[in-house]
Amino acid sequence: MIETRGLRKSFRSRAGRETKTVDAVRGVDLDVAKGEIFGFLGPNGAGKTTTLRMLATLIEPDGGEATIAGADLRKDPAEVRRRIGYVPQGGSTWDESTAREELVLHARMYGISKADAQRRAARALDAFQLTEYADRKCKTYSGGQRRRVEIALGIIHEPKIVFLDEPTTGLDPQSRAHMWDEIRRLRADGMTVFITTHYLDEADALCDRIAIMDNGEVVAEGTPTELKREISGDVVLVGLDLAATPQAAQTLDGEPYVNKLETVDEGGLRLYVDEGATAIPQVLRRLDHAGLELRSIELHRPSLDDVFLTKTGRSLRES
Amino acid sequence: MKFARDTWLIFQRQIQLLLRNPVWVFVGVFQPVMYLLLFAPLLKPALNAPTQAAAYKIFVPGLLVLLAIFGGLFQGFGLIAELRAGVIERSRVTPISRLALLLGRSLRDVVSLLVQAVIITLLALIFDLRVFIGDLLLAYLMLALIALMTSAVSYGVALKVKSEDALAPLMNTVAQPVLLLSGILLPLTFAPGWLQGIANWNPFSWAVDGTRALFAGDLGSDKVWQGLSITAVLAALGVYWAARQFARSVR
Ligand SMILES: Nc1ncnc2c1ncn2[C@@H]1O[C@H](COP(=O)(O)OP(=O)(O)O)[C@@H](O)[C@H]1O
Ligand SMILES: [Mg+2]
Repeated sequence: MIETRGLRKSFRSRAGRETKTVDAVRGVDLDVAKGEIFGFLGPNGAGKTTTLRMLATLIEPDGGEATIAGADLRKDPAEVRRRIGYVPQGGSTWDESTAREELVLHARMYGISKADAQRRAARALDAFQLTEYADRKCKTYSGGQRRRVEIALGIIHEPKIVFLDEPTTGLDPQSRAHMWDEIRRLRADGMTVFITTHYLDEADALCDRIAIMDNGEVVAEGTPTELKREISGDVVLVGLDLAATPQAAQTLDGEPYVNKLETVDEGGLRLYVDEGATAIPQVLRRLDHAGLELRSIELHRPSLDDVFLTKTGRSLRES
Repeated sequence: MKFARDTWLIFQRQIQLLLRNPVWVFVGVFQPVMYLLLFAPLLKPALNAPTQAAAYKIFVPGLLVLLAIFGGLFQGFGLIAELRAGVIERSRVTPISRLALLLGRSLRDVVSLLVQAVIITLLALIFDLRVFIGDLLLAYLMLALIALMTSAVSYGVALKVKSEDALAPLMNTVAQPVLLLSGILLPLTFAPGWLQGIANWNPFSWAVDGTRALFAGDLGSDKVWQGLSITAVLAALGVYWAARQFARSVR
């Protein structure tokens, strides 16, 4: 559905007299399949929005190519516009107009007739549970309601692909869960959904496939499960008293299923193992044998943050 | 055809939002009326005019051109608000004509200016101003072209600078000399030669002269076609340039 090769964009920004060049996107290759929720995961400033704005024809790439829903981004941007929907990061509704007016206007900007636009607006308001507020000014909406109007705007012309730039940023947990349902519903309707996010749990739970982006480059791509599997094995956290830790380390070091062993400063061990589920009973047996009492035992499966950490050397939570 | 439809779509939306704001409508009507009523008593002695009507023939066209210039130049602020709200970005991902995005907005500015102009003219009629309807319509055309140009330029600049903080001083610096050197409020007939020399390079000075000639019933005067041609050319250039900014503006 989307295929990009070597997509690049730099910005020149002026600070005083000096001009600085920011390489916002440095050669992005992507293949997004029809009907999937594809996620772009990365910290702020990674270049997610810039990539999306290039794909949505809002800014011209400095280099590279892209085909979007069968239309060539460079040769036929007008056709790309007809086939995609785009919901910008910072909102797209006007305070003084109502959801219904915005939807009708937006549909008509796509060349849809007035009567048809009104029908579509009514249907979209219904689908997004907005009918109750449809004729109130947008400035009176809650964050979640407003975001739903914006998504409805993005799909009013029934595009093949919709780009959602950080659709859940700034929403409370309940509205977020609600928004996830809406996004899944779009996929169920046969649409291809391309979202950006800097939330690990969102990428993990919502997306069929993700590309992890950092500093203008895609550093990893795959299904969340595949990506996590690449980070070999699980981590078993063994909670111990400080006094018992050295002996426990001695006992477990050299066990065939322990790939690597680290002691924790406050007492306890971190064991890197292939398969946590089979390692834990053996650890328990061994420590019991040695007469060591343990306070806790925890299985830590690799998260997307661990993937990000191994690929970039930084934690996404910190950046 | 598509272009006309797109322009109409944007124009309709803009007019609808304008009418929804009663404060704006009130200010738009009230302001020119104030000019007319508070300036009126000063006019005859200040212009050394033989009658009140003669004074109005000089003052009213200047006032109208002034409104056209300022009404247009400050429209960019509204666009920056739309830019910030993401409305422009949202429009630019649709296949709508980029020229229509500009023209729909500029035409709203032209229409609201013409409404002001009609109110002022009607009021001035009470004060004994007399103009032929044909001349008046041509004068309105001149005003429409001026407003079209200034609002288009203001939109283009707004898309370039993207912030009110930059737009305000910029527009003021442009507007001030333009205003002072166009003889808008007082004709430059009494000005020293060097000042008139500079004014000759000010297109608005030609526009004011043309409008005054029309109000004076002097349709045959060269000033009329000169003023109309200059404003028409500048309006076309302004619209062309600003539409390009709509086509390629970044964020
Ligand atoms: N219009 C612009 N002018 C200058 N720099 C920009 C512009 N847009 C984005 N950038 C820079 O490009 C980089 C990537 O930004 P962005 O694509 O918005 O990242 P993300 O959406 O992943 O947070 C950042 O360093 C940002 O400051
Ligand atoms: Mg972003």
